[in-house]
Amino acid sequence: MSWTHSLTLVAPEELLSVTGLVLLLASAWSRGQRDARAITWLSVLALAIAAIIVVPALCGGLRGDAANAFDGLYSGDSFAAFAKLLVYAAAGASLLIAPVFFEKARSMRPEYPVLVLFAVAGMGMMVSATNLLTLYVGLELNSLAAYVLAAFLRNDQRSAEAGLKYFVLGALASGILLFGMSLTYGFAGTTSFAGIAAALTGDISTGALFGLVFMLAGLAFKISAAPFHMWTPDVYEGAPTPVTMFFASAPKVAALALTMRIAIVPFGAQTVAWQQIVIVVSLMSIIIGALGAIGQSNLKRLLAYSSINNVGFLLIGLAAATPAGVGAMLVYLAIYVAMTVGGFVALLMLKDVDGNQVEQIDQIAGLSRERKVLSLCFAMVMLSLAGIPPLFGFWGKFVVFQAAVAADLLPLAIIGIAASVIGAFYYLKVVKVMYFDEPAGVALGKSDWVHQALLLLAALIISPLGYLLTKWLSDLSSLAAGALFAGT
Amino acid sequence: MITVLAFYLFATLTVLAGAVTILARNPVHSVLWLIVAFFNAAGLMVLVGAEFIAMLLVIVYVGAVAVLFLFVVMMLDIDFAQLRAGFVRNFPLGLLLAVVLLAEMGIGIGAWSVGGIKLGTPDGSAPTGAAASNIEAVGMLLYSKYLFLFEAAGVLLLVAMVGAIVLTHRQRSGVRGQNIGRQIARRPDEATVNVKPEVGQGVTL
Repeated sequence: MSWTHSLTLVAPEELLSVTGLVLLLASAWSRGQRDARAITWLSVLALAIAAIIVVPALCGGLRGDAANAFDGLYSGDSFAAFAKLLVYAAAGASLLIAPVFFEKARSMRPEYPVLVLFAVAGMGMMVSATNLLTLYVGLELNSLAAYVLAAFLRNDQRSAEAGLKYFVLGALASGILLFGMSLTYGFAGTTSFAGIAAALTGDISTGALFGLVFMLAGLAFKISAAPFHMWTPDVYEGAPTPVTMFFASAPKVAALALTMRIAIVPFGAQTVAWQQIVIVVSLMSIIIGALGAIGQSNLKRLLAYSSINNVGFLLIGLAAATPAGVGAMLVYLAIYVAMTVGGFVALLMLKDVDGNQVEQIDQIAGLSRERKVLSLCFAMVMLSLAGIPPLFGFWGKFVVFQAAVAADLLPLAIIGIAASVIGAFYYLKVVKVMYFDEPAGVALGKSDWVHQALLLLAALIISPLGYLLTKWLSDLSSLAAGALFAGT
Repeated sequence: MITVLAFYLFATLTVLAGAVTILARNPVHSVLWLIVAFFNAAGLMVLVGAEFIAMLLVIVYVGAVAVLFLFVVMMLDIDFAQLRAGFVRNFPLGLLLAVVLLAEMGIGIGAWSVGGIKLGTPDGSAPTGAAASNIEAVGMLLYSKYLFLFEAAGVLLLVAMVGAIVLTHRQRSGVRGQNIGRQIARRPDEATVNVKPEVGQGVTL
């Protein structure tokens, strides 16, 4: 395993961290909002180049030894490449919408894009990790940057509270994860995923089982799956909206991809041990996400519960524990990113005449009469999140349930479908408020072209036109899922 | 012989310093005794051949943690007499906690000596005893096999530093900063004026 080979494989992370360092230096001399904007655009450019770098690995279906870097610490396989593309897209979108938001609060600083770049480099390590150490360093790199981003509006009390809450609970989750990792290391004798898989065959010992449970608990916190979801609504509500969008998309994709890899590669022989945990967590997330959202009056909290709900549906694919299930999860993740970006960009475009953000549901009453395109796009996002057929969100749920049924998990699929009906209630409520209530006349502010372009792009993907992508998405996701199952 | 002497010296001093740490009336003295305890514990680590951990103890615990304690003790106005006032009232609870901890230790050691736990066999990637010293062994691994993670950990620390600065640094207005360039560029003829005022006349500058 030569150094050049390894260094070529980690090229995206190298590019992102070096760009982050250079831009950090540039931000030390930057003056004012214009420089901060320029640094943001350069960061988006770096993300785009990193995305171009990972495309060959994805399309070529890179897997096994050819993808292995640094003697089994890192794998640049097509599974990692798929997840990285989604992470880069989500992070790029949250960078593009940031300047307008932060300039309004007079706190746009060039450190925002720099921290996002470092967080993305950490997420790249997470999805590529084939060793517990890489996993942990990547996760912490992502989390530390995320804590700071949550508190980025440091003069805003809610933002500071969100940052502190996220930090304390995130540190607790990291501790739980680390405890699980140390138990796993103790009972497997190695930190490499392949080594753990080789050591833990046959009956799993109680100690290793505890390690697995603690690791899954730590990861469930990071993907905000019930019963470890309590922080999500508070943090999502308090954090600045572009940061909330970032949290709901990029780190969630990375942590879910990490969970998939942990479940399939090191514990691939112990499917029975984790399958029931994943099933319980997924059902709890679906039901709590659906019921919790009903009483919410704040759109950000509503979207937070919606993301808990969606994580539940995503985990159904993992519960199937088959390549088809993992592939379905990846397809759903891609659609989920588009829906999340669409939802939060639409939320950011809801401003009153003075340009202040509008976040309450009753403030958007009768929006359809004033802002036709915006409310149409927002309604599409809501209906797509609910999984209503002509929209693309339906396809994500459909493939996941299909995989679950194929893996003989019919009861799980039935309960999931039933619970998605509960979820449809509050999505439809938002649409009803926008279209059928008396106009409140609050959300009348204008937005710039970046927001409009992003919203139109997201709406185009989740519209029925998105079905043109299904062939292409399922090919890529089955390549990626195949790479994950290659070793087992 | 000298090892045995050194062991008893370090061990006695560690226990003594630990006892004085909790008995000292002045909290600053407590922290200083804690530092003595750390140094002696580091000595014990050297005796068992774990010099890397000994250095970590000195650098991390003495250099960072104890100094942090000292800062907290000296900068925060905590009334320690008041803190101690509840000692008698909370004594039963403390005793209970101590008994629970002792029982846990007993159970743990008991379970260990029974030998019911089957741990995994090391995969050979950890350093063996063959290396000259364990610092060397750790260094060899850190800078070769785990170089990638070592560098990533460096980025991680940088992010922590950037984060701390982003959240706390603010530009205050009305602060008179020192401009070293201007100070150096000053010349005597710009800085001083030689005037000879007439008696009874003021000076115009």
